[in-house]
Amino acid sequence: MAHFIDRRLNGKNKSAVNRQRFIRRYKQQIKQAVSDAISKRSVTDINNGEKVSIPGKDITEPFFHQGQGGHRERVHPGNDQFSPGDKIKRPQGGQGGGSGQGDASADGEGEDEFVFSISKDEYLDLLFEDLELPNLKKNQLDKLVQYKNVRAGFRSEGVPTNIDIVRSLQGSLARRVAMTAGKKRELHELEAKLALVEAEPVPDQHQLMALREQIELLEKRISAVPFIDSFDLRFRNFQKRPEPTSKAVMFCLMDVSGSMDQPTKDMAKRFYILLYMFLSRSYKNVEVVYIRHHTQAKEVDEQEFFYSQETGGTIVSSALKMMADIVKDRYNPAEWNIYAAQASDGDNWADDSPQCADLLAQQILPFVRYYAYIEITPRPHQSLWLEYEKLQQSFDNFAIQPIRQVADIYPVFRELFKKQAA
Amino acid sequence: MSSVEQKQPLSDGPDWSFELLGQYQAEIERVAKLYKLDTYPNQIEVITAEQMMDAYSSVGMPIGYNHWSYGKKFIQTEQNYKRGFMGLAYEIVINSNPCIAYLMEENTMTMQALVMAHACYGHNSFFKNNYLFRTWTDASSIIDYLVFAKQYLSHCEEKYGISEVEDMLDSCHALMNYGVDRYKRPQKISMDEEQKRQKDREAYLQSQVNQLWKTIPNKGDLSAEHEYRFPSEPQENILYFIEKNAPLLKPWQREVVRIVRKISQYFYPQKQTQVMNEGWATFWHYTILQHLYQENLVTDKFILEVLHNHTNVVFQPEYHSKYYSGINPYALGYAMFTDLRRICEHPTEEDKEWFPDIAGSDWLETLHFAMQNFKDESFISQYLSPKIIRDFHLFAITDDDKESTLEVAAIHNAEGYQQIRQTLSAQYNLSNIEPNIQVYSADITGDRSLTLRFIPNKRIPLADNFQQVLKHVHRLWGFNVQLEQLNEDGSVKLLGSCPL
Repeated sequence: MAHFIDRRLNGKNKSAVNRQRFIRRYKQQIKQAVSDAISKRSVTDINNGEKVSIPGKDITEPFFHQGQGGHRERVHPGNDQFSPGDKIKRPQGGQGGGSGQGDASADGEGEDEFVFSISKDEYLDLLFEDLELPNLKKNQLDKLVQYKNVRAGFRSEGVPTNIDIVRSLQGSLARRVAMTAGKKRELHELEAKLALVEAEPVPDQHQLMALREQIELLEKRISAVPFIDSFDLRFRNFQKRPEPTSKAVMFCLMDVSGSMDQPTKDMAKRFYILLYMFLSRSYKNVEVVYIRHHTQAKEVDEQEFFYSQETGGTIVSSALKMMADIVKDRYNPAEWNIYAAQASDGDNWADDSPQCADLLAQQILPFVRYYAYIEITPRPHQSLWLEYEKLQQSFDNFAIQPIRQVADIYPVFRELFKKQAA
Repeated sequence: MSSVEQKQPLSDGPDWSFELLGQYQAEIERVAKLYKLDTYPNQIEVITAEQMMDAYSSVGMPIGYNHWSYGKKFIQTEQNYKRGFMGLAYEIVINSNPCIAYLMEENTMTMQALVMAHACYGHNSFFKNNYLFRTWTDASSIIDYLVFAKQYLSHCEEKYGISEVEDMLDSCHALMNYGVDRYKRPQKISMDEEQKRQKDREAYLQSQVNQLWKTIPNKGDLSAEHEYRFPSEPQENILYFIEKNAPLLKPWQREVVRIVRKISQYFYPQKQTQVMNEGWATFWHYTILQHLYQENLVTDKFILEVLHNHTNVVFQPEYHSKYYSGINPYALGYAMFTDLRRICEHPTEEDKEWFPDIAGSDWLETLHFAMQNFKDESFISQYLSPKIIRDFHLFAITDDDKESTLEVAAIHNAEGYQQIRQTLSAQYNLSNIEPNIQVYSADITGDRSLTLRFIPNKRIPLADNFQQVLKHVHRLWGFNVQLEQLNEDGSVKLLGSCPL
């Protein structure tokens, strides 16, 4: 007696709940590991999960078991050299002689760290937990409306391109059945009668004629039922549904003047990666515009943005102007959610800083969802910072934060995007 | 009709189909019947590797309640499997009626046949007939009980929160090995009864506990009644004691304790019959498939693949090998059952001396008797023959921490057979492996503290993580918990307490 069941299709992720429980329980440790890992990732590596390691001792399940020592006797296989009474030096590391009885830690190696991978989603969830995009409340439908055509059932009138053939033919069939069923039944009856009459030895010609006439009439009426009628036609119906736009553009502004060395740029880069990942969780498509500047601003691609070296002085306002222009040209604020992050070591021509503040206040801040400025420098705040500080009071979509070392990046990022109290 | 079939070998794959599985199953069942294997009906489920890992992580329970530790095990298994550190077992079989066996879809036809013979007839007949399983587990109700447990726990999670339930489970799991009755026979469990009785039990238990603490007499009377101790005898089943007597547990918490205890009890026989169970199943997959081969029902290719896998399964690395991690239960068990058959069929003079009652007897009957009436410990002390000791080159080592060296106590020679047999048998005695800890007293008239007593076996101490476990005991008991050690000279030493 046996029966076979094919279980391959069901219950695939039976352990998913338990896995979630595990992650939930060790969230603190995993979070720590995740935020440690963020400083080691490359900018393109956002589609992978993360390897997480937790100290093994944190997750052991304790139970009473025997320790080392005492008097033990063990039997082993494969005697190749021993005679009774032989004395053997106690081996180190438990091989051979009477080491502990299969203790949790008896096999030593690999138990120190519990290493496992979390998926991309789990990784990002942990990374961006408790964070939110600021100022989303301004995304009112009326402001950012886009219409999308969605299917909305069927209707009986419309333009020929929207004819739904299957539905229409279904209608046609139904109508034809409805309109001919009675006649066909009658026809069959008459035909049967006709056959009976014809089968008689001497058919009654009158009756024959009458029957044939009736049959002909009926056939004509049946064939007169049109194959398709305008009544049958069904058209796909579309409705316009308003949709909030899900397009976002992120402006990365960076100072590449001589004073910005590679480590500083790396820090900026890490910050941009975080921002990009964060935005791509909220928006389906995130476009990125890279603007770098020294005394002049230039729109560049990612590679050039991060890696080409420039020298020269610094005029920040050139980049801001460029950004304002690009927004005007390509990214209508009514359609796009605009985010911007500016990274700099804080150096600027002293005369330029007030101008930057003006530009921001007049041309940029009114249109962007959020503008973050990070100053990457171990030195005291520079002129740009001081100007920006003043701005911060009048715009709530503007934030500035200093970063001193790599380890600050993630905390600063969290600070910038932390959930605001309602 | 059968003669026609016998001339036509069954397809040897490598791909299997359900139709082919059915054909093999029918043939295997036919042969199993010839050998009088008495089994539960089989329910054979084909699953994927991922589902196999699921099954792994829930320690083979087909329906497990949710707990983070199973997630941890799943992640570990997944990691090891993905990196190629370990392969997955070809099968998992569950002691239930009908007997559920999982086949992995990746297996070749040959492997599926081997697994069916191994699990569906070997393990299955062992589950049905071995005295430990017959006494301690009820195969027909275990699935229902697991369903009940899962539902009850998820119901508790809704009502009291995931964390509350998780805390309880953590603490109970820490004491899982101390949730079994070793001597008292358990009651059979069934889903319907369980649900019906559960509510009553809740109310009743609570009233019992309350009564217990209500009847505190005044101090004066008590001192007159000298040294009244509760419980009157030490209790080995710590979880049971807690379930019935812990003063502060809520009714649902007692039920959680009970669930863990029941599941622990269900697995208790499996721990004690590893060698026998695996040996029995391995012996039968070998014997059944050989039988089919002799009938020309399977091809040469088929039997070669079987032998290849079979040899891997019963491989025993020697003590100095880097693969050595103790005695392979498959190897020892298989060798012992094969040897038993040899002793019955072709006894030597030595066998007649060692096994006068079975040498030359009917082998099938003898094997069935051995399978039904023993556990690893007694099986080895009864049937480990000198030939096996010689074949395995077994030797016994004495490791005494008072000596600076290890000593070879016995080897595979005439003087050593008896001692090796005894030592190996003792090695499978659970009471030598698990520390002996019992509930010694609960101070119900005073500060309600609980005292556990550890009695070392041959001076082997308790591993020093006991403090962690005590925290769990404390969580369950709700008042002070002490752990003391009773030394050989009768002195008692306090090992630890919680809170410190």
